[in-house]
Amino acid sequence: MKKILLGNEAIVQGALEAGVEFVSAYPGTPSSEIGNIFGDIAKKHGVYFEFSPNEKTALEASIGASYSGLKCLVSMKHFGVNVASDALLPFAYTGTKGPTVVVVADDPSCWSSGQTEQNSRYFAHMGHIPVLEPSDAQEAKDYVKLGFQISEKFKVPVIVRITTRVAHQRMPVSIGAVKKANPKAKFVKDVKKFVTMPPRVLEMKDELLKKIEDIKRFYEDSSASIEKGKGSIGIITSGISYLYIKEVLNKLNISIPVLKLGFFYPLPEKKIKSFIKPLKKVLIVEELEGVLEKEVNVLAKEVNPKLKVQGKDLLPVSREFNVDIVGLAIGKFANKNYKLAKTTSIDLPKRFPRLCPECPYWFVFSAVKEIAPKGTIFGGGIGCYMLAGFPPHEIQDYLLCMGSSVGVAHGIKKAVGDKQKLITFMGDSSFFHAGIPAIINTVFNKSNPLIIIMDNRITAMTGHQPNPGMGKTGMWEDTTDLKIENIVKACGVKNVKVIDPQNINELKATIKDFINKKEVSVIVAKRICALWARRMKRRNK
Amino acid sequence: MGKENEAKKQMKNFNILIAGTGGQGLITLLQIVSEAAMIEGYDIKTAELHGLSQRGGSINTHIRLGKKVYSPLISSGAADLVISLENLEALRAAPFVSPKTKFLINCYSLPFVGTISEKEIDKKMNKLIKGKKYIISASEICKKELGKEVLSGVYLVSYASFKKILPIKPNSISKAIKKVIPKKYLDMNLKAFKLAQRDSK
Repeated sequence: MKKILLGNEAIVQGALEAGVEFVSAYPGTPSSEIGNIFGDIAKKHGVYFEFSPNEKTALEASIGASYSGLKCLVSMKHFGVNVASDALLPFAYTGTKGPTVVVVADDPSCWSSGQTEQNSRYFAHMGHIPVLEPSDAQEAKDYVKLGFQISEKFKVPVIVRITTRVAHQRMPVSIGAVKKANPKAKFVKDVKKFVTMPPRVLEMKDELLKKIEDIKRFYEDSSASIEKGKGSIGIITSGISYLYIKEVLNKLNISIPVLKLGFFYPLPEKKIKSFIKPLKKVLIVEELEGVLEKEVNVLAKEVNPKLKVQGKDLLPVSREFNVDIVGLAIGKFANKNYKLAKTTSIDLPKRFPRLCPECPYWFVFSAVKEIAPKGTIFGGGIGCYMLAGFPPHEIQDYLLCMGSSVGVAHGIKKAVGDKQKLITFMGDSSFFHAGIPAIINTVFNKSNPLIIIMDNRITAMTGHQPNPGMGKTGMWEDTTDLKIENIVKACGVKNVKVIDPQNINELKATIKDFINKKEVSVIVAKRICALWARRMKRRNK
Repeated sequence: MGKENEAKKQMKNFNILIAGTGGQGLITLLQIVSEAAMIEGYDIKTAELHGLSQRGGSINTHIRLGKKVYSPLISSGAADLVISLENLEALRAAPFVSPKTKFLINCYSLPFVGTISEKEIDKKMNKLIKGKKYIISASEICKKELGKEVLSGVYLVSYASFKKILPIKPNSISKAIKKVIPKKYLDMNLKAFKLAQRDSK
């Protein structure tokens, strides 16, 4: 049976077919739907699911469950791996007990990412972590299952790396039987396996390197597909680019051998060597940095030193590909005329994303804009409140990553002192994710930004996921509702006020008062997201 | 039926671009068209965006159907049909438009700071659109007859099917609507479908 599935839905289906037992995630586009779906269906399948406060705690939750023997899936967006990497790298050393797959969603072209255009494949090399790269929704499902197999067989965590156009692509996907989860967890003490203390840690590294060699051999016999074709030139690719290549070859009506790699790390080197050996030149088609290209260059030195390896000389390092970008490159490479369609260019003003009507942030931004003295510096963070940077608000002078709106505010205030005022925004989810240590730093090391915590009672931007401040878990069970203001006070902040931003006069007066304080001050602007409020109303009807 | 299906599978891919702004229900439309295409035996690939790009900004979703489809994204100039839920947003399809591209546009404006005049939009439309163009007041019709502007998307997709500018039968569209739309809202969506049938005659 086939069903049209979104790439992320296919990942959930793959995990269920593999018999996943424990799932943890922090939401982030383009990975969010994986957690959303598990939140709704986990109970029905006997699976445990949680949204954790951040990607590191999500991964650590699954590490604990894996150590206790459960089959685990963790999902996050690319920046999430940066946060989780502190746990991810040693996890590769200890290895898994219950098989564990980590889904990482990159976002070439930064469609929904305000930080960098990160290529998470580099983590494979840094951490010696196997990486599989599906190109479509069907493969996304298949590779999650394959990932569990590899993890089970070799006792290492496996990354399934997707990109926006895989995560948010729909196609008919073959549906298999769901394996009923059968969680039988027991933590069996094994100091040699779970404690990464020297000198044992170095033995662990040796063991990991050996596992990677074994996996390499496993890959050689596995399903990375070679397509037959004529000629002395060939193409090597992986991930979404493969689909564009197929379109281009059809369009140009030419046949070039293509080696499509399902595995990015470790590379099936024998397979690549035998593919490039008879060729005069090869084109490596990969989005973002040319990692594969460098690897192929090294392998070519051994088997075919005269081989011309092309890639980033014909293809861009930044922004996602499409059929035309790949077509022009293949055209040049294969000496064929790839014709771009003639199109009419229409000059249009940009329609910026904006806050929803009735969003409580309207009140906060307008109050801040009115009250902040001229020259005030505005700190921005990740979430709906990053729209502060767009018209009509335009109050965002820096933006980096989760929690940094306060972390950087501290540094600026230490540097400039009282010569410049600073107001910085932080969402409720960012607060729990990475904001608390940054707030502690303002108290500990004595700076005085005005922090406005935009508490809209939900993680809104990524599609309304529960967070620790709202009294519901990822499976929508009741839990402790952590009060942000209590945590802020416990961090040592003395000037703290909770205000409903609709009380605009109180908000303005407090901003006026707090911005002149000698110590750090925090306003918790607390009002439920308008979209979420409407949805809750409908739900309760 | 069997023969017709075979003929369909032989044709080149058909590319539909749906344009609009975040919150207009584009992803639901994409689901309806894809499910309907699957009922008719097509292979399908689609592309959509979530998250930041959804917050009221401009959105394009791509639907490609045919015997075998690889890329989820439409190539430049390769759109066969553009369905736009808003006047100005239709123009943003420009990179995917050829002189053969057909347009079905909701005569409906969601103005924003810095937008251009209706006259200016018309001028640009005349410059861009050389193929067949249908401009329908779908939002107005749906608001007047069903009390809900947001049904305009389902109305337009159904209209495209009845007018045969979308190579999917109305019967498959209505089946897909029943599959995709939650029970609670099904009735009004089927009414929008019926309205499109009436108005396409």
